[in-house]
Amino acid sequence: MILHLTVNGKNVETQISPEQTLLSVIRGNLKMTGTKIGCMVGECGACTVILNGKAVKSCVVNAAQCEGMEVRTVEGLANGEELHPLQQAFIDHNAVQCGYCTSGFLMTAVAFLEQNPNPSRDEIKKAISGNLCRCTGYIQIEEAIEGYIAERDKPKEVPDNETKENAAEETVEAAAS
Amino acid sequence: MPIYGDGNKTEKGYTYINRFFPRVDARDKVTGRAKYAGDLDFPGMLIGGALFSPYAHAQVTYINVDKARQIPGVHCVMTFEDLKKEKSWGYYTFMSSRLRYQGDVSAIVAAEDWESLQKALKSIEIEYKELPAVFTPEEALKPGAPLVHENDPECEGNIWSHSRYKVRKGDVDAAFETCDHILERVYRTDPVEHAYMETEAAVAVPDTTASGIMTVYAGCVNPFFTRRWVADVLGVSRAKIRVVQQTVGGSFGGKEELMGLTASRAALLASATGRPVKMVMTREESIIASTKRHPFTIKYKLGTNNEGKIQAFQAEVIENVGAFHMHEFMNFRAAVHAAGVYEIPNVKVDVYGVFTNTVTAGAMRGYSSPQLIFGSEQLYEEMAEELGMDYMEFKRLNMLKQGGTNACGQVMDAPIILPEILDKLFDKTDFENKRKAYLNQSDTLKRKGIGMAMFYRGCGLGAEAPDASAGSVVVHDDGTVMINSGLVENGQGMKTAFTQIVAETLSIPPDVIHFIGVDTNTIPDSGITAASRTTVMGSQSVKLAAEELKGYLLETAAMMFHATPEAVELKDGMFKLIGVPDAVIPFQVVANVHHWTGQQAGVMRWFKPPHLDYDMKEGFGKAFPTYAYGSVIAEVEVDMQTGEINVEKITCGHDLGTVINNKTVIGQIYGGVLMGQGYAIMEKLLIKDGIIRTDNFDTYMIGTSMDVPEIDAVLFESDDAAGTYGAKSVGEPSTEGVAAAIISAITNATGIRIRRIPINKVDMLSILHHSNDDTVEGGQARLKSRTDL
Repeated sequence: MILHLTVNGKNVETQISPEQTLLSVIRGNLKMTGTKIGCMVGECGACTVILNGKAVKSCVVNAAQCEGMEVRTVEGLANGEELHPLQQAFIDHNAVQCGYCTSGFLMTAVAFLEQNPNPSRDEIKKAISGNLCRCTGYIQIEEAIEGYIAERDKPKEVPDNETKENAAEETVEAAAS
Repeated sequence: MPIYGDGNKTEKGYTYINRFFPRVDARDKVTGRAKYAGDLDFPGMLIGGALFSPYAHAQVTYINVDKARQIPGVHCVMTFEDLKKEKSWGYYTFMSSRLRYQGDVSAIVAAEDWESLQKALKSIEIEYKELPAVFTPEEALKPGAPLVHENDPECEGNIWSHSRYKVRKGDVDAAFETCDHILERVYRTDPVEHAYMETEAAVAVPDTTASGIMTVYAGCVNPFFTRRWVADVLGVSRAKIRVVQQTVGGSFGGKEELMGLTASRAALLASATGRPVKMVMTREESIIASTKRHPFTIKYKLGTNNEGKIQAFQAEVIENVGAFHMHEFMNFRAAVHAAGVYEIPNVKVDVYGVFTNTVTAGAMRGYSSPQLIFGSEQLYEEMAEELGMDYMEFKRLNMLKQGGTNACGQVMDAPIILPEILDKLFDKTDFENKRKAYLNQSDTLKRKGIGMAMFYRGCGLGAEAPDASAGSVVVHDDGTVMINSGLVENGQGMKTAFTQIVAETLSIPPDVIHFIGVDTNTIPDSGITAASRTTVMGSQSVKLAAEELKGYLLETAAMMFHATPEAVELKDGMFKLIGVPDAVIPFQVVANVHHWTGQQAGVMRWFKPPHLDYDMKEGFGKAFPTYAYGSVIAEVEVDMQTGEINVEKITCGHDLGTVINNKTVIGQIYGGVLMGQGYAIMEKLLIKDGIIRTDNFDTYMIGTSMDVPEIDAVLFESDDAAGTYGAKSVGEPSTEGVAAAIISAITNATGIRIRRIPINKVDMLSILHHSNDDTVEGGQARLKSRTDL
């Protein structure tokens, strides 16, 4: 059968068999390997993608039932070379070690933050509790999510400041020359 | 000693180490671009799979693969009959008709897709004769017990002779005669799973041209070991096998045996079909066939005088190594560390492994220490109780001090900062007050407890094996620098640490430095990335290479300045003529001239630590170049009705020597704490008659974000020249004392001694309600007195 999906904003159609999982379609048919295989029983969350706005474990989602749906994977987070701010926060807060669980955590967190943009630490803990990580002990992942929120809510720099900084730089340059 | 992060500034005056630098591999990992072996795809690639044993011990009496070969899409079916050589170095069999544990394999298949692979595996006609089996050392050591390996010169019955290691200091027998108090106890630990998120995966790509090189892409803990096995099973030289290391999805010591077997089996199929073959273990296959942390039975005898001074320590450490094993060296480490961080005049330790028909044991984060610290720290608490002494008074009285000798007689000449660590942690946690207050909770159903463990760890491989490794540094004409090393990144952060170390050595910004992964064709065999040796010892060769290369670059810069090399310095990416403020040339300009004037642009160096004078036969001498010290304080709450144990807080202090990257260290500690907590109160691997029942994450429970306690990690720095820039180990220390501290806290809360781990809530409930004072052999017992803890 033919499956139609929107994957990271692009329409795709692909030939599938009725028993295929969404994970197998993403990794096998679409050759997108950022989404990982961890347990195949829906326990570890390494395969988490966002399906119609909800984080799902794609190893236990039947692909045929996703006809016409919108899928977001880790490959769709960055805009070219420009990282999604949550990806940057994961780097800045050392939330990545072996990295195998990372895409699952990112997708879980992105979907969660869309539902709940200002969560408490406990809500973050609960939100990521369906994803397993053996390296980090989760704390730096939680700090990264909090760090992303803090960065997002920072007042944007006012042009005034920029002007002042530029002026300061010019002065330095002038002094140097 | 200084604490890293106090006042948020580094004490040591470094520029590029001793601070946070973002992981060099993080960008690929957060974008999903990092390629793990299972992510690779090659034209014409087949999928490989293996037929695992349904029994703990069986002989294949009939096998016919004709039907399996007929399945559409199936390209190759091989059985043990097709092997020239059944096993390689270290007992494990690639395929066999004699299946000694559930993880053994009798046939392998390559097919075009997963479905036809599964059909083929199911179509293999096979008959087994189940053989009598042994599952515990007790069973295996009985006279007349079935043998796991018959007619093996390396075995005495089921005891693996090569695994016998000992430590001897003084004369324990004479000392016990004079002791005022003697205590004998047995402690036990059960196996636990590494549970790395990525299962074992390999892709073998044959080259059908005359060179005939088989390339294996895999995520190994030791790519050179994988190469050895693959070459051996194919019957070709090392030079014909190239292992290209992929991003590793966690290892914790475990990606060795099953990883090597998976790569070897994929290579057999690739060789037979002439096509690339990918083999990825399912989670179930990974759990049944991969190694586990060694189950220990530890039989102690401890003697003291009336003042509480330990006079004699004796331990017999018996490991259930499972059906196969190749880690006899672990027992050297176990023997040296069995008595813990205490000064004892007379010590006798014997360690040996026993073969059984159960899951095999191998390296797992600690390499004997989580078991031994649990056992010995509890033993010392029990002895203090016998003496009517406060256990901290007892431990402090017997603690190893600088200038003293450890269990194997090594003179501890480097600073021992344990007293400072204890003072700081006790102060932070109000340890002594809480510990005493918690003894008076008999009416409460939810009881608090606080407990501790203290420990030390020999850094690197020590006298166990040559701790040697290769490293190279190359400068390109555009001013970028490339590191190569024989050790691997498996998630711990070594690429970032090495990058920072080279940046510090050359004094150039880390962002111009690139680190390729291991390709066994490009670097000499540097052994295993284990024993927390990588930063401490493994990066020494890279540092030496950077120092030498810097010398050549200084010569080029000197030529450009028309000066002598001594008059030139390289600082923060700029060559400067010392004392002349404006005479500055950027690194990349010098690198360019360096290239075009034909100067030496790359250096490979070898590092081997100074020889250690340790006598393996006598079990005495200098065992490790240096030791890292640490302590963990655990605070728990135990529900006396349900058995629920809640670890509320872990406070730990580690002697890092020099912190290379603070956030990486903290991250390792957080992960290590959770893994240690799992070892104490969560991770039960259920094995019935040699068959693992908890073979996926729906039944084998590892900690989630909801299980993480509050963690306060204190990073101590010290001055110790042995490691690179004075760095010490942290990967294993972070986890090794956690279970011991949690069990100590449970005792403080409940008054019950736990002598076997891991326990879970159900075990705790049963212990609370059926505790038996008479059981000392690995059972649990109530404290005699609740007032003398």
